[in-house]
Amino acid sequence: MEKLLNWVDERFPLTASYKAHLSEYFAPKNFNFWYFFGSLALLVLVIQIVSGIFLTMHYKPDAALAFASVEYIMRDVDYGWLVRYIHSTGASMFFVVVYLHMFRGLIYGSYRQPRELIWIFGVIIYLVLMAEAFMGYLLPWGQMSYWGAQVIINLFAAVPVIGEDLSIWIRGDYVVGDATLNRFFALHVIALPLVLLGLVVAHLVALHEVGSNNPDGVEIKKLKDEHGKPLDGIPFHPYYTVKDILGVVVFLMVFAAIVFFAPEMGGYFLEYNNFIPADPLKTPEHIAPVWYFTPYYAILRAVPPILGSQFPGVALMGVAVLIFFLLPWLDKSPVKSIRYRGPKFKIALTLFVIAFIGLGILGILPATELYTWISRVLSVVYFAFFLLMPWYTRNDSVKPVPERVTK
Amino acid sequence: MKKLLFLLLALPTAVWAAGASVPLDRAPVNPHNQESLQRGASVFVNYCLSCHAAGYMRYNRMQDFGLSEALIKENLLFAADKPGETMQVSMRAKDAKEWFGVAPPDLSVITRSRGADWVYTYLRGFYRDNSRPMGWNNKVFDNVGMPHVLHDLQGQMVPVYRVEKSADGVEHKMLDRLELARPGSMTLAEYDALVGDLVNYLAWMGEPAKSQRMHIGVAVLLFLGLFYVVAFYLKKEYWKDVH
Repeated sequence: MEKLLNWVDERFPLTASYKAHLSEYFAPKNFNFWYFFGSLALLVLVIQIVSGIFLTMHYKPDAALAFASVEYIMRDVDYGWLVRYIHSTGASMFFVVVYLHMFRGLIYGSYRQPRELIWIFGVIIYLVLMAEAFMGYLLPWGQMSYWGAQVIINLFAAVPVIGEDLSIWIRGDYVVGDATLNRFFALHVIALPLVLLGLVVAHLVALHEVGSNNPDGVEIKKLKDEHGKPLDGIPFHPYYTVKDILGVVVFLMVFAAIVFFAPEMGGYFLEYNNFIPADPLKTPEHIAPVWYFTPYYAILRAVPPILGSQFPGVALMGVAVLIFFLLPWLDKSPVKSIRYRGPKFKIALTLFVIAFIGLGILGILPATELYTWISRVLSVVYFAFFLLMPWYTRNDSVKPVPERVTK
Repeated sequence: MKKLLFLLLALPTAVWAAGASVPLDRAPVNPHNQESLQRGASVFVNYCLSCHAAGYMRYNRMQDFGLSEALIKENLLFAADKPGETMQVSMRAKDAKEWFGVAPPDLSVITRSRGADWVYTYLRGFYRDNSRPMGWNNKVFDNVGMPHVLHDLQGQMVPVYRVEKSADGVEHKMLDRLELARPGSMTLAEYDALVGDLVNYLAWMGEPAKSQRMHIGVAVLLFLGLFYVVAFYLKKEYWKDVH
């Protein structure tokens, strides 16, 4: 066995990689609840790829066959319903996990120097994930799939000058149709997953290069023992592998509870309207995107058209996502973790969370005048969190950061 | 904070309730009640399947609720030759559109979309309305193209209106309730039970795997529960030397 390992090691860095990323990758010993969501995101990615492969074996990317092929999977394919529910639940749970993972980054300052690139890769992953989810949502070819795609693609038509041509180029037709379905299928099952996998590798390589942050925001690499091992670090394997198994089991319980007992999640994971085949001649009364897009949808609707153009709303919606990229440079606080930050940051973050969740709820509801005004206020709060950050983080009263991590 | 939480919890129901203007009656849906499903299937095949297809549903799937293939072949196979076929209708969609104004929709998954309560209220909500081409209207689906196929059983209902004043002082005639004008072959309670069985079947047909799904779910959660205990002590064992 050892001979075989040596033979491999002379040709491929197997033992070296195992050490660098698992048995001798030293992670801070004080990870808490929030640190489960990185490994869980990886788990959901694998779940989505594997369940997706099995779905592709039976799904037909054809406007005339797509809806029926999904029902075929649900009824005639052995355990097809299970694979499909796993995939649909996985899509929503991916966003649940990613949003919590991003929130972890916010509270403990994981995006701060020297982890800016990890954060940037992460935000790109988030963007690609949005595209992936949006394109996957068209594939069942139900009413919501169809009209959701119609609305979102029409947003591109609001871009000045090139907008019309751009939206036709995306659709491959004047309306969402077979050409759109086919290309979305190609992008959903091949192009975007490939990009996503590459980005996840980059995200992890960058993380393992600088080392993980922790709830105290102290750099454990500063204090090492005589063997060059961080005093507050423990090997990722076995310590965090066994701990993450615990997180995985709890997560799978939630996941299984949804898959087996509430796969529609009250119409939020699988929308009721999507059990009606797509009908280009019948617009549903109320079109709302899936829940994970609704904060941005609410921002879009909050902006009134200027000179008859919807473009400002569309642009602001785009900026709302892209502004996450700037976070490492907007934050001027001398400390990373919320544990040592002052009240200004804590208030700002609380308001931001309220705005994000509030916008998410408003994006589901029909746009009445009152709701639109609330959306406007919350949109301002959303952007203020980022734009005022240099000011409120610089002036905040911070507590002294300890040398070593605390419990 | 509490208020926010309440709002979050109350919302999911509020969103969907906003769509319906007529209060819906609760459908007695139970995917584990095999006898009800069998009765409902028979009503479906005898009354609905002449105009409505269920194109994703195979006849022999009815074995899931205790019917034998021979029984299905003998009693329920009117529009197909083999029990493995899907439930299609011979009426052409083009003709149907001419006769009813709209082609009758496929019913395979319709109850998943509309909800069992809606269908239950709808099928008990037909009333006489001579202004409509078929002579029927419906309290949850105004000006529906479908006639009251089951009126021989339920009898004929007529609307009773009430007058309501809106905020601007204009009077509106509102449908208050339905009254039985000419009894059918069943009492209203018997008819409700029949529609209950039918809706139970329709809901079942929307997702035939539902009861299997729940059974497996219990086993999966029990397994994960055990797995948690093992994982918990494994973690504890490894972490006891981390201080």
